[in-house]
Amino acid sequence: MPFFDFVLKHRMEIATLTLEHLRLVLWAMAFALAIGLPLGVLLSRHRKLRGVVLGANNIVQTIPSLALFGLLLPMPWLGARADRLTITALALYALLPIVRNTYTGVSGVDPTILEVATGMGLTPRQVLWQVEVPLATPVILGGVRVAAVITIGVATIAAAIGAGGLGEFIFRGLAMVDNNVILAGAIPAALMALAADGAIGLLQRSLQRPRR
Amino acid sequence: MNSRSDIAIECVGVEYAVNGSRPLLSDLNLSVNRNEVVVLLGRSGSGKTTTLKLINRLLTPTRGQVLVAGKSTLEWDPIRLRRGIGYAVQDVGLFPHYTVEKNVALIPRAEGWEPERIRDRVTEMLTLVGLPYEQYAQRYPHQLSGGQRQRVGLARALASNPPILLMDEPFGALDPLTRAELQREFTQLRKRLGTTVVFVTHDVSEALLLGDRIALLENGKNLGVFTREEFLVSSEEHIRAYLETYRLGSQSLEK
Repeated sequence: MPFFDFVLKHRMEIATLTLEHLRLVLWAMAFALAIGLPLGVLLSRHRKLRGVVLGANNIVQTIPSLALFGLLLPMPWLGARADRLTITALALYALLPIVRNTYTGVSGVDPTILEVATGMGLTPRQVLWQVEVPLATPVILGGVRVAAVITIGVATIAAAIGAGGLGEFIFRGLAMVDNNVILAGAIPAALMALAADGAIGLLQRSLQRPRR
Repeated sequence: MNSRSDIAIECVGVEYAVNGSRPLLSDLNLSVNRNEVVVLLGRSGSGKTTTLKLINRLLTPTRGQVLVAGKSTLEWDPIRLRRGIGYAVQDVGLFPHYTVEKNVALIPRAEGWEPERIRDRVTEMLTLVGLPYEQYAQRYPHQLSGGQRQRVGLARALASNPPILLMDEPFGALDPLTRAELQREFTQLRKRLGTTVVFVTHDVSEALLLGDRIALLENGKNLGVFTREEFLVSSEEHIRAYLETYRLGSQSLEK
C-alpha cells in the first residue's frame, strides 16, 4: 500500500497519537520550565551551586533514554503509570538546556545596568523582572528551543513502556518491518520538532534587540 | 560652622576594605552641605567611586559611618535612601530594552506615580536636558549618540526630583566638544534645580568648572576640601601637581 493511502486510512489514529505525543511533551516542558527557570536564576545568585547542579544535569543527559525509563520504572509513585514516568524522564532531559541558558542569560546582563538599577532604588525583585529577565529572554528561549526539540524526539521512546505517542507507530513498524508504519510515526514527530524549533526561533528573533 | 541640618551628607571616619585586604578608603571625613556641588577629585583607585557607592549604600563602611540627612545609611531602608538619591555614571547604564521615555520614567513608575504625572515629568525632564519629547521619547538607547545617552541618564537620575545627585564621571567617555556642552548645561541646570551634588572626576578643569568645593582624594584618604579660590592658590603638593597638568594643557594651546 502506498504511504499516502496508509496515512489516509489511519488518519484518526495518527491524529490521536500526535495529540498524545504533544500532551506528553507539553507536560514535560511545563515541569522543566517551572523548575528550570527558577533554578537557573538561583544559580546566577549562588555561583557555587553551579558545578553541582549543572554537573548532575549533565549526568542525566548522558543516560540513554531507554535506560532512564528503565531506571525510573521501579520508583514507587512514578513507576505506577507510564505517562507519569514518561513526563518525568522527558522533563529531566529538558531541564539541562533550560537551566544552563537561564543561568548564562541572567549572568550575562551588563553589570553596570544592574548596579545603576540597584543604585537608583529598584528592589531586587524589580531588578529581576524589569532588567534581568527581559534582557536574558533571548538566551533563555534558545535553551527552551533545544529542550523542546529534544523532548519531542525522546518522547517517541515512551511507546516502549506503553505511554503512547507517535512512538507507537515506530515500534509497531519496526516489529512488522513495515516502513509505512514507521514513517507514519516518524514524519509527524519530525514535523512537530521543526514547528517547535521554528516557532520559538521566531519568537526569539522578535525579542532580540540590537545592542549598543 | 554650619548647623547640622544644613549638612546633606557626612562621612565620619569612614573605612572601607574588602575582606581584610588593604582598605580602599581609610579614615575618610567629608561633609557636603545642602545645595552645593562637591567634586571628588583624584586619580584612578583613589577611592572616589567607592565614596559615592557608600553614600547610596551600594557598599557599607567597614568602620565609621556615612550620614545622609543626618541618619546613618545603615539605619535607612536602602530602597528609600536610594530613591532620594539620583545616580548617573560614565557608562550610563540605560536599560537597552526600554525606550527613552520608559528609562526616564523608571523611578517615578517604581514610586507608583499617576500615568499623566509621569508623562508630564518625562516631558519636562527631556526638555530640561535638551531632547524634545516628540523626537526622542520613543527611541531606544542604541539609537542615540553617546552625548544623548548621557543626557537621558541625567534626566533619569533627576526624574523623581531627588534632593541628592551622585555623578560618577558622567562626561568622561564623551568627546571634548560634547563634554564641554554638557558641562555648561549642567551648571545651568544645577543653578535652577538647587540639588546637592557629589561629582566624581579625575579631570582638574572639570573639577574647577563644576565644583563649589573640591575634595582631593589620594590613596583612600581625603587630603582636604577646598573652594575654587583656595585650590588655585594652594601650595599643597598634590594640588600643585594637578594645577601643573592644567596649566601645561592651556599653555601648549597658546603656543
